[in-house]
Amino acid sequence: MDVILLQILNGLDKGSAYALIALGLTLIFGTLGVVNFAHGALFMIGAFCAVTLQRLLSFSHTVVDETKTDFLGNPLKVEKPYIEGWFGPEIGGAIIEWSVPLAILFAIPVMVGVGFAMERGLIKHFYKRPHADQILVTFGLAIVLQEIIKYFFGANPIPTPAPDALSGSVDLGAMIGFEVNQIIYPLWRLVYFAFAALIIGAVFAFLQFTTFGMVVRAGMADRETVGLLGINIDRRFTIMFGIAAAVAGLAGVMYTPINPPNYHMGMDFLVLSFVVVVVGGMGSLPGAVLAGFLLGILESFASTTWATTTIPGINQVIIYLVAIIVLLTRPRGLMGRKGVMED
Amino acid sequence: MSKSNLTRRGVLKTGAVAGAGVALPTIFTASSASAFTNEPTGGTVTLGFNVPQTGPYAEEGNDELLAQQLAVEHLNGEGDGGCLNTFSSKALKGNGILGKKVTFVTGDTQTKSDAARASAKSMIEKDGAIMINGGSSSGVAVAVQGLCQEAGIIFMAGLTHANDTTGKDRKANGFRHFFNAYMSGAALAPVLAKEMGNDRRAYHLTADYNWGWTQEESIVASTEALGWETVNTVKTPLASTDFSSYIAPVLNSGADVLVLNHYGGNMVNSLTNAIQFGLLDKVVNGKDFKIVVPLYSELMAAGAGENIKGVLGSMNWNWQLQDEGTRAFVKSFGEKYGKPPSNSAQTCYAQVLLYADAVERAGSFNPCAVVEALEGFEFDGLGNGPTLYRAEDHQCFKDVLVVRGAQNPTTQYDTLEIVEVTPVEQVTYPPNHPMFGGDEASLGECNPGA
Repeated sequence: MDVILLQILNGLDKGSAYALIALGLTLIFGTLGVVNFAHGALFMIGAFCAVTLQRLLSFSHTVVDETKTDFLGNPLKVEKPYIEGWFGPEIGGAIIEWSVPLAILFAIPVMVGVGFAMERGLIKHFYKRPHADQILVTFGLAIVLQEIIKYFFGANPIPTPAPDALSGSVDLGAMIGFEVNQIIYPLWRLVYFAFAALIIGAVFAFLQFTTFGMVVRAGMADRETVGLLGINIDRRFTIMFGIAAAVAGLAGVMYTPINPPNYHMGMDFLVLSFVVVVVGGMGSLPGAVLAGFLLGILESFASTTWATTTIPGINQVIIYLVAIIVLLTRPRGLMGRKGVMED
Repeated sequence: MSKSNLTRRGVLKTGAVAGAGVALPTIFTASSASAFTNEPTGGTVTLGFNVPQTGPYAEEGNDELLAQQLAVEHLNGEGDGGCLNTFSSKALKGNGILGKKVTFVTGDTQTKSDAARASAKSMIEKDGAIMINGGSSSGVAVAVQGLCQEAGIIFMAGLTHANDTTGKDRKANGFRHFFNAYMSGAALAPVLAKEMGNDRRAYHLTADYNWGWTQEESIVASTEALGWETVNTVKTPLASTDFSSYIAPVLNSGADVLVLNHYGGNMVNSLTNAIQFGLLDKVVNGKDFKIVVPLYSELMAAGAGENIKGVLGSMNWNWQLQDEGTRAFVKSFGEKYGKPPSNSAQTCYAQVLLYADAVERAGSFNPCAVVEALEGFEFDGLGNGPTLYRAEDHQCFKDVLVVRGAQNPTTQYDTLEIVEVTPVEQVTYPPNHPMFGGDEASLGECNPGA
C-alpha cells in the first residue's frame, strides 16, 4: 500500500511537468494551429532563468584570504557576493537561497518576451505552411536555443537548490495514519505539484472567466468569424503564445531543484509532452492535463521492480504502448474533438 | 617503329586490378609504400585527439583536450615541461618525437560509438594521425579500439571504466591508463567494511548498458565477499532523467546502503533524487543509511553540488595527490588554464607522454614496436606513483583512490577529499579473471597496418 501511494505521488509529480508543458503546447496548437517543437526549449530556458537569477544574485567581488591557499599554493581568492555586502550576510544569504522562488517573478516577463520574439520573429511566417515545415523550423529553433544556452552555461548540469525551508522530506505517512517512515516524500516535489495545480487552475480561469479568454476560446473555435466581427484575433493569439511560453518557463524554473538543469533538458520532456498532447486529444486543454497526470502515474508504476521483473523493459515503452492503445480505440485522443487536425 | 604489346584482354585485366585497388578503402592502402599506417615522412608527426566536444560530456572532453594540448606543448619543448621533468623515463628531450615536431588534429566523439569511429577514421585517413587518444565512455573506447586495431594505429583510451575495454574486448593496439570497475570494487571494499561494517544490505541502481553491468557485477562481488547481502539490483534506462520511481522502492526494501552505478547526468540526477527522498537521514536495521557512488569524477561532483557531501566513491587520480608527478602536472595545467585538472584530463596527458616516450625508446613509430615498448613498461613520475602497463591485457596498474564528498569545501575545486590511496597490490587481478573474459580473452596480434 505504501509503495502504491509513493508511486502515485511520483506519478502526480512527473505528471505535473508533463501537464504544464502539454498545456502550453495545446494552447499554441489550439490558437495558432502551430506544432511547436521548440516548446521543450522554452521549458529549458525557464530553468536557466532560475540559474541566471541565482548567478545575478551571487554576483561577487574577489577578496584575498591570506590565511588560506588555493590549489597552486597562492593566497586564496574568495568570492564575496555584493548582495551580502549591501544587506548583510544573513539577509543577503537568504535572498540568494531563495533565488528559485524569486526566479518566478524574473521568468514571467523574460518568457513572455521570448514567446513574443519567437512568434513575431519566426513562427508567424509559417502559419500557412504545412505542419511538416512548422515542425522542422521549430525543431531547428530548439537546437539553436540549446546551443546558445550551452555556449553561455556549459554542458554540465548546474546545481540550483531549493531554499532550506523547502528542502528535505516530509513524513506523509505519519500524517495520514501510516507507520512512521513508511511514506516519506521530498517537500519540494509537493511544492511543485501544488504550483502546477495553481498554474493550471489560473490558465483555465483566465480562459473561462475573462473577456480576453472568451475571445480566445471563440477564436479557437472559429477564427474567421471572430475576425469578421472586427476583433484583432492575431494579436490575442500572439499574447497567448507569450502566456504558453511563460507556463513552460515557470514549469522549468520550479523543476530546477528537482534535477540540476542542463542545456538538453527540454528535449527530454519534448517527445513525452507530444505524446501527452496526442493522448489527451489535439487542441483539448483538459485532455492535455488529464493525459499528463495519467501518463505520469503509469510511467511511475511501470518503473517499479515488480513491473520491470514481470515485463522487462516495460518502463521504457509504457507511454508509447498506452498511446497506441488510446489511438486505436479513440483516434482523437481521450478528449479530442471532431475537426481538429482532420481534413 | 615501335611495337605495342597491348591486348584487349591485357588492358581489361590491368584495369580490373587497378579498379579494385582504387576501390579498396584508403585506410588499408594509404601508406602501401610504408612499413606501417601513416608513417611520418616529413618534419612533423600528427596525433589524433578524439574527445566529446558536443553532447552531455562536452565539458569532460574539453578538459581532456586542454591536457592533450599541454602535453603537445611539453613534447615540443614549450612551457615549463610539466611531467617531462618528473617522468622516470628520460627518453623525451622536449624536441618532439624522434626529432619530429608534434602536431595534432581533433575529432568529436559526441559520446556516440558510430560518431567516434567516424571521427577517428577521418583523422587516420585524411589527417594521417598515427595515434588516437581520448574519449569519455566505454562504448566509445571499445568501438574506437576496434577501429584502430583494424587500421594499424595505436589507441590510447581516455576515460573508460568498464572491465571489457581490457577484458573480453582487449586489443593488441590498444592501451588503457584509466582504472576499471573491478579495481573500484577492490579499492572500495575495505573502506566500506571499515566505515559501514560487514553486515549491510545493499540495493543497486544500475545504468542499463555495458559499463553499468560490469560495475554492478564488480561491486556486488566485492561487497558480498565482505559479508554484505545484495537486496536488489535494478537496471535504469540510460535516458532516465527523474529517478524518483526507482528511489521510492528503496525506502521500504530493507536495504541500508544504496549503490548508484551511474555516471554523468544519470549520477547527478539519481544522487540528487536520493538525497531529496531523505535517504541519508534514515536509520534502517539500526544503522545509518549510506549511499555509495563507485565511480566519481570532479565534473560530476560539481553538478551534484551539496548532495555529494559524505558520499564515498573511487577515482583514478585526483589533483590533491602529493606525489612529484601530480604536483608538476597540476602546476603546469593550473598556471595555464586557471583551474586544477580533472582525472580524465590527467589520463589523457599521461597517455600522450607515454606514447611519445614509447616511440622514443623503440626508435620507431611502427605500432608494433610501440606496443613492444609499452608492454610490461614500469615507470613513475606521472602521478599515482609506480605504475605498470601489463603486457597480457594492456591494462595499467597503479594505486587507486577512494574519495568522499567534502563536508566543508573551501573552493569549487576541493569538493572531493581523498580518504585512502589503495595500494596497487590490492586491486591487481589475474589477466584471465572471469570478469575480464576468462581464458578466452586475447589481445590478438599487433597490427602495423599498411
